[in-house]
Amino acid sequence: MSDAELQEKPDLQIDQDQGNFSYPEDYAFDAGTGLTDKTIDYICDAKEDPDWVREFRKKALKVFDEKPLPTHWASKDLENIHFNDFRYYLSKGAKPKRSWDEVPDDVKKTFERLGIPEKERAFLAGVEAQFDSEAAYSNIKKAVAEQGVIFVGSREGLKDHPEIFKKWFGKVIPTADNKFSALNSAVFSGGSFIYVPKGVKVKHPLQAYFRINAENFGQFERTLIIVDEGAEVTYMEGCTAPKFDSVTLHSAVVELVAMKGAKIQYITVQNWSPNVFNLVTKRGLAHEESEIKWIDCNIGSRLTMKYPGVILKGRKARGEVLSIALANNGQHQDTGAKMIHAADETTSNIISKSISIGSGRATYRGLVHIPRHLKGCKNNTECDALLINTESRTDTYPAIVTRGDVSKVSAEQIFYMQQRGLSEGQAMSLSVNGFVNDLVRQFPMEYSVELKRLIDLEMEGSVG
Amino acid sequence: MKNALEIKNLKAGIGGTEILHGLNLTLPKGEVHAIMGKNGSGKSTLAKVMAGHPDYEVTAGDVQLDGKTILGLDPDVRAREGLFLAFQYPSEIPGVTIANFLRAALNARRPEGQEIDAVEYYNELYQKMDLLKIDRSFTSRAVNDGFSGGEKKKNEILQMAMLEPKYAVLDETDSGLDIDALKIVAHGVNSLRGPKLGILVITHYQRLLDYIVPDVVHVMVDGRIVKSGPKELALEMEKKGYDWVENLAVA
Repeated sequence: MSDAELQEKPDLQIDQDQGNFSYPEDYAFDAGTGLTDKTIDYICDAKEDPDWVREFRKKALKVFDEKPLPTHWASKDLENIHFNDFRYYLSKGAKPKRSWDEVPDDVKKTFERLGIPEKERAFLAGVEAQFDSEAAYSNIKKAVAEQGVIFVGSREGLKDHPEIFKKWFGKVIPTADNKFSALNSAVFSGGSFIYVPKGVKVKHPLQAYFRINAENFGQFERTLIIVDEGAEVTYMEGCTAPKFDSVTLHSAVVELVAMKGAKIQYITVQNWSPNVFNLVTKRGLAHEESEIKWIDCNIGSRLTMKYPGVILKGRKARGEVLSIALANNGQHQDTGAKMIHAADETTSNIISKSISIGSGRATYRGLVHIPRHLKGCKNNTECDALLINTESRTDTYPAIVTRGDVSKVSAEQIFYMQQRGLSEGQAMSLSVNGFVNDLVRQFPMEYSVELKRLIDLEMEGSVG
Repeated sequence: MKNALEIKNLKAGIGGTEILHGLNLTLPKGEVHAIMGKNGSGKSTLAKVMAGHPDYEVTAGDVQLDGKTILGLDPDVRAREGLFLAFQYPSEIPGVTIANFLRAALNARRPEGQEIDAVEYYNELYQKMDLLKIDRSFTSRAVNDGFSGGEKKKNEILQMAMLEPKYAVLDETDSGLDIDALKIVAHGVNSLRGPKLGILVITHYQRLLDYIVPDVVHVMVDGRIVKSGPKELALEMEKKGYDWVENLAVA
């Protein structure tokens, strides 16, 4: 896309009805628009932050102000983000809810609209869901709590568990890592804090749903997950957002720490409305013989920039990124993975699948760093792209990957499927689901079902 | 006609070039007809035009299914109305198993929210596979992905069996098949023959008609049917060659 085209984005004709719902704004706390030292003070006061957090936020704001946008390599569309037009903090002012019964009806309605089947809702007993910037409810499975697992919002984490929180907060992703990690560090609210003690294997995935509910409200959740020696956890994050007329900014920071022999699996399925800028920094630190796996599905948004990474710090550490990106008309998915090998016998695996529809654009950026002096390190990178109609484009940076295919859904293929009685939308949807199938099979069941539903919705909306 | 697939004075082509120059053919339900013709006579064009391929345009005439015109309908609507096309070159659909594909195709024929029951579906699928002598592991493979020519054609016949069309057009189903594969495919077609199905077999060679014996043979030359007759016509064609009918076309 040329710069001129970026300045004048065409109307986004995408059927996002599933995410197209909103509830009356009723916020006890509202920081107003714009971002200054005053905004930070407002947030700190509202959240009753400890002094060290206030200091952390203010330093981060300076870094944010000083850092330029990364437009020398990234999309110039970033220049269309008017940082002063956003509200940086909103809160219901309510305490997180502990049981399903206490969950507000409108939140329950949200779950219903998301089409989560009854069966899965029962499974969601161990869910923490975020409603705007604070957790509207959090229900930790009793069994999990009994195992000594801490699963709370980031606010409770830093207040109630400072000894663990402070040790790792901002250490995997420093404030100055990039402009958006600095922004998050300045204004973060919401997100999860999880600590899994030594040897504890959490059976059920911990889960959180995020939504954005107020126009012009940027969401800046901050998640920190620490899994101690030999412990295991799976965390699932799902996002849907209502449709708005003006731009919405989402910039999360997620830090994972896997101690010796620990295993973390972090799963994201997100479906942002087409006006959202989704600029996320996600990274894990893997100690000796530990394993960190990112499963990342990006659907929707105007521009997504996200490159989950693993720093393989200890011998025999293993990192994995499995990602799916779907760029519909007018959308740009700029995603990828970073693997930093920093010890012998470390291995990493990256499998990326992207789908570009219409004027949608999918970019893969991969970084695999293996210093020459290390022994026995291995990386596998596979990067496949599916193009639907000739306008679509896909790019890979750098050009070299272990294996990469670009395939097209051809008119002949669609005709063949239509001849069997499938509508054009159903045919496309089936093609796309087939393309991601081998990857999706590695996802937990309920997430693969949800992903399939999201792809169906997205493809239905792209025909016509 | 109520119980027939009728092609009336059909003129159609691609990119402004007319290929079918007023073709007439009536296939009554329950019968098997064969169209024989040389390469370039317009056989495959006819198949694609009937199925509604978007690249082809119809300039005159009509195609009616049980008395209702199907021209102008989307390909999937024609399919759901009961028209099946066994492709000469079936497309590959990577990652989608035959079992899932067929299930989606069957569900597309049912009202929303009334998807086919899984047990019922597999019962029927396995019954049809047994009938066609197809191994059970076949349907867990991705549609046509890495299939041999014979496997692709077998897959077409299995889909035809499962979707139970009113009329089936088999476009060069014998092309690229060795004699064993040909026998399997012919066995499949023969076991689906019956009063509820009309079959139009399009072929270049007489060979296939040794195994699928047609009720009527039509000879196609330059976008028209120039001669129709009983099954013996195929043998006569084999003996006398196409030159013989081409002369008829001129005359």
